[in-house]
Amino acid sequence: MDFSNFVDNLAYMGKGMLGILIVMGAIILVTVLLNKIFSADNKK
Amino acid sequence: MEFIEFLYENIVENFSWQMLVMWAIGGVLVFLAIKKDMEPTLLLPIGFGAILVNLPGVMQKVVDETGRPVLDSFGNVQYDAGPLSTLFDAGIANELFPLILFIGIGAMIDFGPLLSNPKLMIFGAAAQFGIFFTFCAASMFFPINDAASIGIIGAADGPTSIVVAQQLHSQYVGAIMVAAYSYMALVPIIQPPVIKLLTTKKERLIRMPYAAKSVSKTTKILFPIIITAIAGLVAPESVYLVGFLMFGNLIRECGVLNSLSDTAQNVLANLITIFLGITIASKMYYEQFLKPETLMILGLGLIAFIFDTAGGVVFAKILNIFLPKSKKLNPMIGAAGISAFPMSGRIVHKMGLKEDPQNFLLMHSMGVNVSGQIASVIAGGLILKFFG
Repeated sequence: MDFSNFVDNLAYMGKGMLGILIVMGAIILVTVLLNKIFSADNKK
Repeated sequence: MEFIEFLYENIVENFSWQMLVMWAIGGVLVFLAIKKDMEPTLLLPIGFGAILVNLPGVMQKVVDETGRPVLDSFGNVQYDAGPLSTLFDAGIANELFPLILFIGIGAMIDFGPLLSNPKLMIFGAAAQFGIFFTFCAASMFFPINDAASIGIIGAADGPTSIVVAQQLHSQYVGAIMVAAYSYMALVPIIQPPVIKLLTTKKERLIRMPYAAKSVSKTTKILFPIIITAIAGLVAPESVYLVGFLMFGNLIRECGVLNSLSDTAQNVLANLITIFLGITIASKMYYEQFLKPETLMILGLGLIAFIFDTAGGVVFAKILNIFLPKSKKLNPMIGAAGISAFPMSGRIVHKMGLKEDPQNFLLMHSMGVNVSGQIASVIAGGLILKFFG
């Protein structure tokens, strides 16, 4: 067991979680935009 | 007489007490599948396959021309499971089965609740925390490629686990698969205590009114295409993970391929599932499976699911600090961000009803649960980008 590996790899945890949050954030933005642009479909 | 001699020789030469242990493990999986209805589509074939490959004389050592056993890149003796090895090479070693299964899963998913309330997607991201935490924990005991493959058990998504473990050449594919599917089946047992531990009764009573908003057909069609494009830009190495899922969803939503959508949801998904489970079992031969590392992987898989759940709940609680009183979220919905669909969404809904019979969280929890499906695939892509 090498605890230093846990500490060393925390950077990946940070990068990974940040990466997912950014990607999901981008998907949220795109979805909000799609809903706004194509809400006209619903009115029809 | 000859047959009796053969039978005696086969049992004496090839039998090992560890086979009994594997039969017991296979039996438990079959029991859980049939009696407890836990992921029966996968646990039953895996359980049956575990018994099958651990019968004396079934698994044959692969030998070279000189008769010496062939070792894999990790120094382990290679075994041939006959047609199961053929299926493994044809469908899992090249990741074909899990990817085809993704088409079926994509065709089954209705992104409607998520598209009508896209903010919920952020919980899908938060609930992937267990993957990275477990990766860090596993890296204390395993090489980096195995640690990353073990961490992805927390994706709560069998196909993603298979693809990542295979691409990272993990030597523990069998144990990882069994852990991934077993814990998915055990979500109703794992999640509630973690949610209760991290929330107060007052928080569990928070009501979240649901205002149904219709989503245009154009949005539903463009959504899978744009998600694929975004995933491709972020992690091109693994775009097919998201791509196959979204392709299945596009077939569903386009409105002109109803027959294909029906086939993908039912026939295709069922066919692949039948082969997937029993093929995974080819990696459950006792010499490969009964190792201390397997127990550790099962333990780490549990940690992954617990920390996924905790990640989603705690994230919701943090958001609540900044939200006005009228807009507070029921933090339990964060737990639905793991990809175990639809169990996790239903569990949160049931827990809400148990606290308050008028608190209907289903639409919110299902929206979060679907976002977990997308986020887990993206997490798999990021893991491959980091370590592939």
